[in-house]
Amino acid sequence: MTVFLVIIVLALLAVTGWQISKIFELSKRPDADTSQVANDKDNKLNGILMLAFVIFIYVISIFCFWEYGRFYLPEAASEHGSEYDTLMFVSIALIMVVQVITQGLLHFFAYKYKGEKTKKALFYADNDKLEFIWTIIPVIVLAGLIIYGLFTWSDIMNVNTEEDPMVVEVYAYQFAWRARYAGEDNTLGKANVRFIEGVNQLGVDESDSYGKDDKIVTELHLPVNKPVLFKFRSQDVLHSAYFPFFRAQMNVVPGMITQFSFTPTITSEEMRQSEYMVDKVKSVNEVRNERNQELAAQGEPTLDSYEFDYFLLCNKICGQAHYNMQMKIVVESEEDFNAWLEEQPTFGSVMADQNKDAGQTEDKGGSEDPASKEEGEDSTNEQSQESEAVAVVENNN
Amino acid sequence: MSAIANAPAHDHHDDHGHHHKETFITKYIFSQDHKMIAKQYLITGLIMGIIGIAMSVLFRIQLAWPEQSFWIFEALLGKWAPDGVMTPSIYLALVTIHGTIMVFFVLTAGLSGTFSNLLIPLQIGARDMASGFLNMVSYWLFFLSSVIMLSSLFVEAGPASAGWTIYPPLSALPQAIGGSGTGMTLWLVSMAIFIASSLLGSLNYIVTVINLRTKGMSMTRLPLTIWAFFVTAIIGVVSFPVLLSAALLLIMDRSFGTSFFLSDIFIQGEVLSHQGGSPVLFEHLFWFLGHPEVYIVILPALGITSEIIATNSRKPIFGYRAMVASILAIAFLSTIVWGHHMFVSGMNPFLGSVFTFTTLLIAIPSAVKAFNYITTLWKGNLQMNPGMLFSIGLVSTFITGGLTGIILGDSTLDINVHDTYFVVAHFHLVMGISALYGLFAGVYHWFPKMFGRMMNKNLGYVHFWVTAVGAYGVFFPMHFIGIAGLPRRYYTNTNFPYFDDYADVNVIITVAAIITAGVQLVFLYNFFSSIFYGKKAVQNPWKSNTLEWTTPVEHMHGNWPGAIPSVYRWAYDYSKTDENGDYVIKGQDFVPQTVPLQDKEEELNH
Repeated sequence: MTVFLVIIVLALLAVTGWQISKIFELSKRPDADTSQVANDKDNKLNGILMLAFVIFIYVISIFCFWEYGRFYLPEAASEHGSEYDTLMFVSIALIMVVQVITQGLLHFFAYKYKGEKTKKALFYADNDKLEFIWTIIPVIVLAGLIIYGLFTWSDIMNVNTEEDPMVVEVYAYQFAWRARYAGEDNTLGKANVRFIEGVNQLGVDESDSYGKDDKIVTELHLPVNKPVLFKFRSQDVLHSAYFPFFRAQMNVVPGMITQFSFTPTITSEEMRQSEYMVDKVKSVNEVRNERNQELAAQGEPTLDSYEFDYFLLCNKICGQAHYNMQMKIVVESEEDFNAWLEEQPTFGSVMADQNKDAGQTEDKGGSEDPASKEEGEDSTNEQSQESEAVAVVENNN
Repeated sequence: MSAIANAPAHDHHDDHGHHHKETFITKYIFSQDHKMIAKQYLITGLIMGIIGIAMSVLFRIQLAWPEQSFWIFEALLGKWAPDGVMTPSIYLALVTIHGTIMVFFVLTAGLSGTFSNLLIPLQIGARDMASGFLNMVSYWLFFLSSVIMLSSLFVEAGPASAGWTIYPPLSALPQAIGGSGTGMTLWLVSMAIFIASSLLGSLNYIVTVINLRTKGMSMTRLPLTIWAFFVTAIIGVVSFPVLLSAALLLIMDRSFGTSFFLSDIFIQGEVLSHQGGSPVLFEHLFWFLGHPEVYIVILPALGITSEIIATNSRKPIFGYRAMVASILAIAFLSTIVWGHHMFVSGMNPFLGSVFTFTTLLIAIPSAVKAFNYITTLWKGNLQMNPGMLFSIGLVSTFITGGLTGIILGDSTLDINVHDTYFVVAHFHLVMGISALYGLFAGVYHWFPKMFGRMMNKNLGYVHFWVTAVGAYGVFFPMHFIGIAGLPRRYYTNTNFPYFDDYADVNVIITVAAIITAGVQLVFLYNFFSSIFYGKKAVQNPWKSNTLEWTTPVEHMHGNWPGAIPSVYRWAYDYSKTDENGDYVIKGQDFVPQTVPLQDKEEELNH
C-alpha cells in the first residue's frame, strides 16, 4: 500500500513539474527568448546568487565553527597530543585563510563579471609572473607544513626505549578488546592463535616463561605520566585501535604485531573535572534526559545518566557489531594502578587453575569462557555473531 | 597557408557513413558509433547513480534516526529490515555498494566513459574511435559488470559488506560477515569485468588521441578536455591492472586456499590454515589503484570544467600550458601517493614520511589549477548557463575539499582523523561532489550535441542552486563531527554516550541529503523530457571554438558530412582582438579552430 502511495506521490510530483514548466513557457511573451541559452537577465540573477552563495559559505562556516567547534576533542590526554593539537590548529587556520580568500575571489568574480551583451571580455591567456607567484607560494607554505609535520611524526612514531616504557598488548577480536600486561619482566610471552584453547583466549604460549607473569584483563588501566608501549594483535580481521583522547591510532592486523607508544598525562578523574568535560557531560545528559522522556512515554527502559570515561574504539570496519567494539580506559595514579594490577591474576595462575579443574572434572574444562562457547555454534554463524554482539551491547550498558 | 587549407584530407575514413544499412540493433544496441556508445554510458551511469544515491539516503536516515522503524526500509530492504528497522549487516552492505557504485560505475564509467567517448573523436577531428568494435565491447562489458553488481544485491546472505575498499580478511571470510560469501564473489567478478571494460576503453582513447588527430591539431592545440581524458586513460592503464591482480589474489585466497593476504586467523572457534600472508599487502595493491582512481574520477571533470569555463567566460583559459603541466604533474604524483591511506596501517613510519611528502606536493598543481580557473573568470563576460554554474560550483567544492586534504595528507594529523567522518566529508567534496558537478556541467553543455535538443535552463538553475546549497549542508558540518572523533561506518553511535550530542548534526546532515537527492529528480525530469521535447538545438549554441560544434546537429556516422576539417589555431581564441581593439572576426567574439589565421593576426605562443 505504502509503495503504491509513494508511486502516486512521485507521479504527481512529476506532473507538477511538467505543469510548472508549461506555465513558464506559456507565460512567456511570444517574442521572448526561448533559446535556452543564458541571456543578460539570467546572467544578472545568477551573478547575484553567486555573491549570495559565497555569503552562505561564510555564514555556514562561521555557524559550524561557533556551534560545532566545541565538539573538538578535549585537551589531549597524552604527552605528544599537545603537539598534535598545535599542528592541527596551525593547519586549520591556514586552510581557512586560503578558503576565505579563494572562495571570495571565485564568487566575487562570478558576480562582478556577469555577462552583458555589450561587454567585452579581456583576452588574457598567460602571465608567467603571476603563475610563478602562485606556484611558489604553495611550495613554500607546504614545505613548511611538511617539515613541521614530519618532525612531529617522527617524534610520535619513534619509540623511545631508553625510557623503559611499560609494554601492554592490546588484543582485538570480533567484537571486543582485551589487554595483556607484560608483568614484572616487562616482556610479553609469545603468542599465536594456534594456542587458543579454553581459558587461553589470547593464545599465549604456555611453554614461554615470559608469559607466566602476563596479566590478561578486559579493562585498560594506565598509570599517569608513564610511557606505555602498546603492541597490537588481532585474532581474526583488521581492526583499528583508536584512542581519540590520546591522539593515537594504530591498525590491528592479523598475522603481524603493530605498535604505538604514548604517555598518558591526565587521569580519568582530572579529565572528568575539567571545565570542558563538565560542560560536555552536562550537554550529553540533557540530550539523554530528553530522550528518556520520550522513552518513558512509550513505556520503554530509560538510559542511564552519563559519566565520562576514556574509551578505546574500533575504527576499521570489522563486521556487524563494529559499531560497538569498545573498551574502557582508566588513567590513574601509579599507586592506584599498581594496586589494581596486583589484584589481577597472572596467566600462569589462570592456566594452573584450569588444569586443576580439568583434572577434577575433565569434561567441563573451560566451558565458561565465551571463546569455547562459540565453537559449538559455528553451524549458525550469523546468529552466534549476533548474539555475541547483543552480549557486548549488554555489557556496555 | 591557403594551400594547406584547401588540400582535402583524404583519409581512408572519408567515404564512411554512406553505405551502411543500419538496423535498430546496430544503431541503438550493439552500436559501434562513439556518440551512441557515449549515450549508452551516460544513461547506464545515470541509472547506477540513482541507485547509489538512493542507497545513501537510506543509510543517512538510519544515521539520523538510529534503529527507528521506517516503512521505506521495510518496502525496499525486506528481510533486511524486520519491522522496518534496518539491520547492521544491511547498513554495511549499503555503505559498501554505495561507495562501489558511485566511484566506479557512476564517476569512472558514467563520467569518463560518456565524455571521453563523445568528445575525443569530435574534438580532435576523427571519424570515430580507433576501434569502434573494442569500444562497443568496452561498453557491453561495463553493462555486464553493472548487472552482476546489482544482482549481488539479491543473494541470500547479502551483498559485499566489507566497505568499498574490501580489505581482507573481512572480505575473504564468510564467517566474518555474511556479505563475504556469494555477495563478495559477485563483487569481485563484477569488478574484474569492469576493469577489462575500463582497460579496453582507455587503450582506445590513448590510441585515438595519439593517432587520429586531424591536420593541424598538434598536441598543444588540443582542448583541455582531451588532455584530461588522455591522461586519465593513461593513469587507468597504469593502475587498474594492479587492482585486477589484487582481486585475483583475493579470489584465490577465498576459493583456492592460498594465503596471500591471510595469516594467523582464529574465527568462529576454529584456526584457519592460512599462514604467512599480509592484509597490508592488499592495502598496498588496492590503493595503488585506489588513489589514482580518485584522479581518474576528478581529472575528466576538471577537463570538462576548463572547456566550459573558457567558453562561457568568453575568454581563453588562463595559463593553458600550466594547466596541461598540472594535469601531467597530478597524473604522475597520483601514482606515488597511495600510502597516505595507510599511515596507521602498521607500515614502517619512515614510509609514512615519504608519502606525506609526495602527497603534499600534489597540492601544488591542484592549487595552480584552482588559481587559473579563478583568473579565467577575471574580466570575463560570464554567460551563466547551467553548465557554467556547475563548473564554478566544481571549483568551489574542489577548493573546499582539497584544502582539508592538507590535513589528511599529513601523517601526523591523519592519526586522529583517520577513518572518521572528517575523511568522509573530505573525499565527498573533493572527488564525489566535484566530479558529479563535472558530470552535470558536461551533460548541460553537451546535451545539444548528444541529443540535438536543449535542456531547460530554468530547471537547470533550480537544480544547481538547491544542489549547491544542499551539498555544503551535507558535508560542511560533517567535518566537525569527524574531527570530534566520530568513526565512519558505524551503524549507530548510540553505544557511545559521548557522541550523543552530535545526534542533532546527523539529523541536519540527513535532511540536507534528502533535499539534495530529491532535487536530482528535477535534473532527471529535465534530462529525459528534453531528449524528446526539448527545444531544437542550433549547431553551435554556446558559440564555442572546438570542433564538435562544426558537425551537423543531426547525428551521422563519421561525424562530418564532407572532409574532416583542418585546424589552424588552439581552442581558446575567445574575445581575441586585433591592434585596433576589434574582434578578429568582425561581430563575433569567438574564432573556431577551423578558421585560418587572419591577416596580421599573431598566433600566441601559448
